[in-house]
Amino acid sequence: MNFATIGQNIIKLTIKYWDKFLLTGMGYTLSLAAITVAVGAILGSLIALLRMSKFPPFKWIAAIYTEIIRGTPMLLQLYLFYFALPQLIPFLNRKQYLCVAIALVCNSAAYVSEIIRSGIQAVDIGQTEAARSLGLSSRQTMTEIILPQAIKNILPALGNEFIMIVKDTSLASTFFIGDLMTQCLLIKGTTYLTMEPLIMVAVVYFVLTFILTKLLGFFERRLRRGDIR
Amino acid sequence: MATSDKLIEVKNLKKYYNGEAIKALDDVSVDINKGDVMVIIGPSGSGKSTFLRSLNLLEVPTSGSIIFEGVDITQKKGPDGKKLNIDRHRQKMGMVFQHFNLFPHKTILQNMTLAPMKVRGVSQAEAEKKALELLDRVGLKDRANAYPIQLSGGQKQRVAIVRALAMEPDVMLFDEPTSALDPEMVGEVLDVMKRLAQQGMTMVVVTHEMGFAREVGNRVLFMADGKLLEEGTPDAIFNHPQNPRLQDFLSKVL
Repeated sequence: MNFATIGQNIIKLTIKYWDKFLLTGMGYTLSLAAITVAVGAILGSLIALLRMSKFPPFKWIAAIYTEIIRGTPMLLQLYLFYFALPQLIPFLNRKQYLCVAIALVCNSAAYVSEIIRSGIQAVDIGQTEAARSLGLSSRQTMTEIILPQAIKNILPALGNEFIMIVKDTSLASTFFIGDLMTQCLLIKGTTYLTMEPLIMVAVVYFVLTFILTKLLGFFERRLRRGDIR
Repeated sequence: MATSDKLIEVKNLKKYYNGEAIKALDDVSVDINKGDVMVIIGPSGSGKSTFLRSLNLLEVPTSGSIIFEGVDITQKKGPDGKKLNIDRHRQKMGMVFQHFNLFPHKTILQNMTLAPMKVRGVSQAEAEKKALELLDRVGLKDRANAYPIQLSGGQKQRVAIVRALAMEPDVMLFDEPTSALDPEMVGEVLDVMKRLAQQGMTMVVVTHEMGFAREVGNRVLFMADGKLLEEGTPDAIFNHPQNPRLQDFLSKVL
């Protein structure tokens, strides 16, 4: 094995497969991550609401869900959803992409709910006291005072979650659903090359997450700027 | 001076933590009359802040009652038999906090107009007019469109006072309003409070400013260990203290 050959092979592979494999793979990876974060954020908000509700059983359900999801490996959750869901819901039979998406959403929702909960709880209790002492209801306090401040804590953490998910979708390649990692395995299968497709896809992942990180940093700075004005 | 109209009647107020292990408030009863400037003094941990915060139920007492303008606000049901809406009573009790608690994402003007508009349904134009009038009274009219972070501590506290006043409360509760301020800013806040007292506002003030208690208060309460140990005119409390705990406290702070 020598580096020159590997380098040449990577260039050859990239030229040959960039549209069919890499672009398709990126499409799957990014769309899967976007769906996961978007739906996960909605579901996560609901779980966070349950977690902060005054009705104990709601709290317990949310806490148990979050703990189980966070306390078991994601790959295992993917397997469970992939094999169990079609048996429970016949509609999902042979819909691998959907099963994997649902698994990722359920996983992400648990983490997002913690992000939202901690974002809300990080707002100084004095803010609530001031609002309530002025006669605002608890709902008005939440929408007018707490959430606008919590969002500044929540958005950057959600962005990080998105980047994590972009990388975590690679686990979905276990079921060949077409993401970047799946493409890597496919190229490996057709070319009998191991190292080259791996490095190629690693570069793509890195560039994706690097761009996302920079974008996020930009938005985060703009959010912070709003504080000083 | 004070008339004998009762504004708030506090009866046997108790606040326990951990069962009965910690008695933050141990059977406190006191009447607050219209026009009173009641100053509460005492060592830290004496329960004076807990007492003040109980008056508008920011702390929910373990037992006892608080009758505000004829309604016992510690009850779940109001006099009309419906669920008691504490928000309606809180509007009438302005509160000023040690750490100001201005809303950092809103301008000074928005801080002041939010509650009048959302809670009392005042129009924006009217709320802003009133807010600017109040800001003018504390010399901060030109800062109306600034954000809280741009103000000094003393300015923030003056805004916090007029924010509470914008709701036209019947009583103002002050929870150590000058304790978080740099020394040179204490005076400007006390001045505002003094003027407020002179205008006849009913005030309950928890403070360590003995000068203010003596000069502005018409009643002084001394609390220690959750108990109300002595009550009297500023002259009686400061010049003729009876309780040994009070004598000890005064010897340390004066």
